[in-house]
Amino acid sequence: MSALLQLHDVSKSFAGVRAVNKVSLTLQPGEIVGLIGPNGAGKTTLVNLITGVFPASEGSIVFDGRVISKMAPHQIAWAGIARTFQVVQPFPDLSVLDNVAAGAMFCREDQTIDTARAIAMECLEFTGLAAIANNPGSTLSLANRKKLELAKSLATSPRLLLLDEVNAGLNPTEIENALKVIRAIADRGITIILIEHLMKVVTRSCSRVVVLHNGELISDGATETVMRDERVVEAYLGPKYAAKFKLEATQ
Amino acid sequence: MKYSTLLLVIACFLALLLVPFGVGNYSVRLATTVFLYAALALSWNLIGGFAGYPSFATSAFFGLGAYVAGIAQHHGVPMAGAWMIGTMACGIFSIGFGAAILRLKGHYFAVASLIVAEVLREIINTSTSLTGGGMGLNIPVFTSNPDLFGRIFYSAMLALMFASLLMTIWVSQSKTGFALRCIQQNEDAANVLGVNTTGYKILAFALSGCIAGTAGAIYGSWVSYIDPSDAFDILISVKPIIMTLLGGPGTILGPIVGAVVFLMFEELVWRNFMTIHKGLLGLIVVGLILFLPTGVLQIRRSNSRAWSQMRAWIAK
Repeated sequence: MSALLQLHDVSKSFAGVRAVNKVSLTLQPGEIVGLIGPNGAGKTTLVNLITGVFPASEGSIVFDGRVISKMAPHQIAWAGIARTFQVVQPFPDLSVLDNVAAGAMFCREDQTIDTARAIAMECLEFTGLAAIANNPGSTLSLANRKKLELAKSLATSPRLLLLDEVNAGLNPTEIENALKVIRAIADRGITIILIEHLMKVVTRSCSRVVVLHNGELISDGATETVMRDERVVEAYLGPKYAAKFKLEATQ
Repeated sequence: MKYSTLLLVIACFLALLLVPFGVGNYSVRLATTVFLYAALALSWNLIGGFAGYPSFATSAFFGLGAYVAGIAQHHGVPMAGAWMIGTMACGIFSIGFGAAILRLKGHYFAVASLIVAEVLREIINTSTSLTGGGMGLNIPVFTSNPDLFGRIFYSAMLALMFASLLMTIWVSQSKTGFALRCIQQNEDAANVLGVNTTGYKILAFALSGCIAGTAGAIYGSWVSYIDPSDAFDILISVKPIIMTLLGGPGTILGPIVGAVVFLMFEELVWRNFMTIHKGLLGLIVVGLILFLPTGVLQIRRSNSRAWSQMRAWIAK
């Protein structure tokens, strides 16, 4: 099976600060990969590079056999990569339905406003927002805004979905609901990169985890293995704890 | 577009076409001015109202259209043909220029768009052999009959306003309008959802530029003499913005309503308070921003939220 997404030595510098440093990564179709790392590790920057929000300083990104690292964000969206924003980005004065319809209208071919709204309604039913389809985007609660982000990205009919902290700020019940939706998305055959701070969510959803620290990829592998990786423990808890952890592990 | 809407628009157009036969030349001239500014307000509404890009380039396109058409007529091109050349010149110019400055946002875009008129003014000022420079450009008058002359330009401006109106209706009901509203609300999110933001912004800017250019071309033939400070007057950029804000940015009829209200007000103030009329206009702008940021058409819709805001403010 050929890879869906390949990153080759991708780097990004902001005026001397190396936010992402030589990251290489390969994703197979149908995978759910957790992308974790301490604050400021470069997770969101990496998502922004993949979706073309800003160009990579070095390296190349290949999606489904096409080099996308020089494309504009809308072309990458057309190619089949969708994302949600960590800080939710609704169109405040558009109805929830039209928020989602925008994704369907401009990413799928031959759509009219009416057909796009029909697709949007399906996505709203899928994410459980159908009842508030006619409310303005600005009136939603945080949990519903996160769902709206999901519905918008789904409407673009993606093959790869980048979920940037869709569970941040949600309570346990809301997280359970969000997880159900994420699993249902995966069941449709959509490849997912899940950026998460909540380890519980990562261990439950992802078979593979990638860890970023100071812009570098320090660990990549099965969830269980990565969790015990010395460098990962050190990145999260500091060298002192890592040494203690190692001692306990050997005893 | 629904047939009923189209028929209503055409009926209004035909009815207004008959007006000059019943009123005096002063009223015809005033109405022509109203149509001119309504077209300019509709033009600004496409880029400023729908896409949310505060363009100050209206006067640049207006002046460019006036000069291109004026020079063409000076070289023997018939009036209607010269207007078309002026429109096309503005269309091409706005696409090229839009591609350059539409990557800027907010204040930066506003300042960049403001500069164009100044640059064009200087270019025209210095190319004396072609444009007449600071001495201005005389444009041939095709008839000495004042009634016919007035009616022709009344009809031309009316047609331009209705063409702009139809264009606005088309935009607001099409995917283009949808994309522009997405851009206005959250450009980055729109781009990631697959909206070709640059393309749609350039389209809106070009449509806007074409309308303003045609208005300038017709204006030049109407007044039959243009000079750089008149054709590139900053007020030609500013007034349509005030009118659109007054009527309701991003709406269909808002710019026309705003133009009518503004010009009636201006005519009254100008007649009665000659010396302070610009000061009063300034007060309108301040009042607008404070109380009616979404336009007079919103008063009815939002159940007078604006009025209650105003009362609360006065009560403080």
